[in-house]
Amino acid sequence: MHIPDGYLSPSTCATMYVASAGFWWQALRRTRRQMLGRALPRLALMAAFCFVVMLFNLPLPGGTTGHALGVGIAAIVLGPWGGMMAVSLALAIQALFFGDGGITTLGANCFNMAIAGSITAWGLYQLIGMGSTANSKRRLVAAALAGYGSINLAALLAAIELGIQPMLFHDASGAPLYAPYPLHVAIPAMMAGHLTIAGVAEALMTAGLFGYLRRNEPGLVGLAKDATPRTPRSLWGGLALLMLLAPLGILAGGAAWGEWAPKDFADQAARAQIAAASGNVAAPTVAPIGLARLAGVWTAPLPEYAPRFVKSAGFGYLLSAIFGVGIILGVVWLVQLIAARKGEDAEKGAAKRIEPEHFETDPKQERGR
Amino acid sequence: MSAHPVASTLRGFSQALARTLVSEDAAHSGGVLQGVDPRAKLVGMLALVVASALAHRVPTLIALLAVGVGLAVASRVNVWSLARRVWLVAFAFTFMIAAPAMFLTPGIALWQWGGVVMTANGVHTAVLLVLRVEAAVTLSTLLVLTTPWMWLLKALRTLGVPVEVIALLAMTHRYLVLLAETANQMFESRQSRVVGKLKGAEQRHMMINTGGVLLSKTMAMGDEVYMAMLARGFRGEVRLLTEFRMKTRDWVAVAALLAVAAGAVVAGR
Repeated sequence: MHIPDGYLSPSTCATMYVASAGFWWQALRRTRRQMLGRALPRLALMAAFCFVVMLFNLPLPGGTTGHALGVGIAAIVLGPWGGMMAVSLALAIQALFFGDGGITTLGANCFNMAIAGSITAWGLYQLIGMGSTANSKRRLVAAALAGYGSINLAALLAAIELGIQPMLFHDASGAPLYAPYPLHVAIPAMMAGHLTIAGVAEALMTAGLFGYLRRNEPGLVGLAKDATPRTPRSLWGGLALLMLLAPLGILAGGAAWGEWAPKDFADQAARAQIAAASGNVAAPTVAPIGLARLAGVWTAPLPEYAPRFVKSAGFGYLLSAIFGVGIILGVVWLVQLIAARKGEDAEKGAAKRIEPEHFETDPKQERGR
Repeated sequence: MSAHPVASTLRGFSQALARTLVSEDAAHSGGVLQGVDPRAKLVGMLALVVASALAHRVPTLIALLAVGVGLAVASRVNVWSLARRVWLVAFAFTFMIAAPAMFLTPGIALWQWGGVVMTANGVHTAVLLVLRVEAAVTLSTLLVLTTPWMWLLKALRTLGVPVEVIALLAMTHRYLVLLAETANQMFESRQSRVVGKLKGAEQRHMMINTGGVLLSKTMAMGDEVYMAMLARGFRGEVRLLTEFRMKTRDWVAVAALLAVAAGAVVAGR
C-alpha cells in the first residue's frame, strides 16, 4: 500500500500533499499545545513503535501471514490527531530512509494510511464502543473493526488514486503514463489482499494490543479502572450535523451507477446517462428479465428517501436520515442490552466457579506452617 | 528448532539499521555531493525526483538515471551496492506490477501467442514506469546516502517543515533502533524458552503479547525521555542549531541541479 515514486502523476501527488497539509497543520496545531508536556517524546516513540510493529509478521488463521500498520492502535491510544501525526512520521522515515513508499507520493501515502486511517479507526472505535463498559467484549470488537476498517479504507483510497491514473494521464496513443491499471482492475487487485489477509492482521493486532493495554495499562486507552462509560458529545454533534446535511444528496443528479430502476431502461434521458457512465456502452432498451422480476420483490416504506406524505424533497431526505439513524441506534441499543445481560450472566458464573477455590485453604500449606 | 521468522526479520533489520546508522560511511566520505550544503542538495535532488515524475519520454528518464549514476560515482557511492540494494529491488517490485500491463494495454500487437497479445503501448507503459521508479529511487537514495540524517532533517527546515516536526522525526529515528532491538531481544528470550513447535494460535498470542509489552515499554520510555529532557532544561521550545552556510560552490551546485531538472522537464514532455 506504500505507493512508490513514479506511480502517481505529479498533479495527483500535489493534490494529495495539499489535502494532507490541511490535516497535518490542524494536527500540529492541536498537538503543539501538548508539546510543552509529554506529547513530544510520546508521539515520536509511538511513531517508532508503528514502524517496528509493521515488521511483525503475524501468523493468521489458514496458515498465511500478514503484517499490520499499527494505525488502529495509534489512533486509539493517541486520538485521531496524534495517531495521524505518529503514523505520518513513521511513513516519512520509511520513505526518506528506507525507500518504502516514494517522496513525491508521501502526501498520498500519508493521506491514505495516516490521515484517513486514523480518523476511520478512531471513529469506528468510538462509535462501536460508545457507551460500553471498559471490560466489555464490544470494545474489543470495536478495536478489531477499527483496525480492519482503517486499513481497508486506506487500501481503497490507494486503489482509487492508482486506478484514476490511466483515465487522466495517457499519451496521444492512449498508453498510460503512470500506474497502468484502471479502477476496475486496481480496486479488486488491491482489496482482495486487504479484505482477507492484511485486514485480518490489522484487526487481530489492534484487538490484541487493545486487550493487552486494557488489562495492563487501562489509562493508556482511556479506560481508567473506575471510569464510567460516556458518550463523546462531539460524535453526537457530528452525527446531527451529517443528518442536517443529508438534503445535499439531492444535488447529485441522476441515478448511482448500477442502481437503475427497470423503468430507466425505457427512458431516453436515463439511457443516455447510463451509457455516459458506462464507457459509452448503450444499455438494453428493455430491462433484463431477471432484474425486472426481482426489482419488485420488496417495496421500501420510504422509496428514494422520500416519504409519500412529504412534498419537499429536502425535508424528505432529512426525515429519512433521522429515521435511518434512529433504526441503527435502536439496533445498537438492543445488541448492547443483550450483550450486557450475557456479560452479567457470565460474570455471575465465573464468580461461582472462582469462589470455592479462592477461599479454600490448601491443606499442604497448612501442614507446612 | 529454527529461529522464528519474525525474530530473524527483526534481527536482520536491527543489524542493518545499526550498521547504516553507525557507519554513515558514504555520508562522510569526501565526494561531490557530500561537499554540497545539505539545503542546496535537498532542493536540487528533490527537483530531479520531481522531474523524473514529470518525464513522459524514455530517453529523458534514461538521461536522469545516468545523471544519478554519474553523481553516485562522483560521490564515491559504491555503484555495485547501489545496484544490488536499490535498482534490483525496485526493478523486481515494479516489473512485477508493470509486466501484466504489457498484455492488458490495448494497442498495436508486437507479439502474439494464442490469445495473449503483447502491445507496443503496453511495453512503452511498462518501460516508462520501471525507468521512472528506478530514476526517482536512485536520486532520492543518493540524497539520503550522501547526507548525515541529522543534517538532512535540519535542511528540511528550508522547505518550511515546522521545527516540532523535525524534532519528532529526529527523535523517532533515534529510538527506532532501540525499539527494534528491544523487540528482537524479547522474541529471542521467548524463543529460548520454547520447546517444540508452537501452533498458529499460540504464535499469534505470543506475537501480540510481545507487541503489547513493547507498546508498554514504548510509553514508559516516552515518559523517561521526557524526564531526561526536563532534566536538561526543556521548556517546551524546540531549537535547532543551524550552522549551515551557503558558499559559492553550493549556489553553483543548486543552480546546476535545478537546470538539469528544468531541462529534463522540458525534454520529457
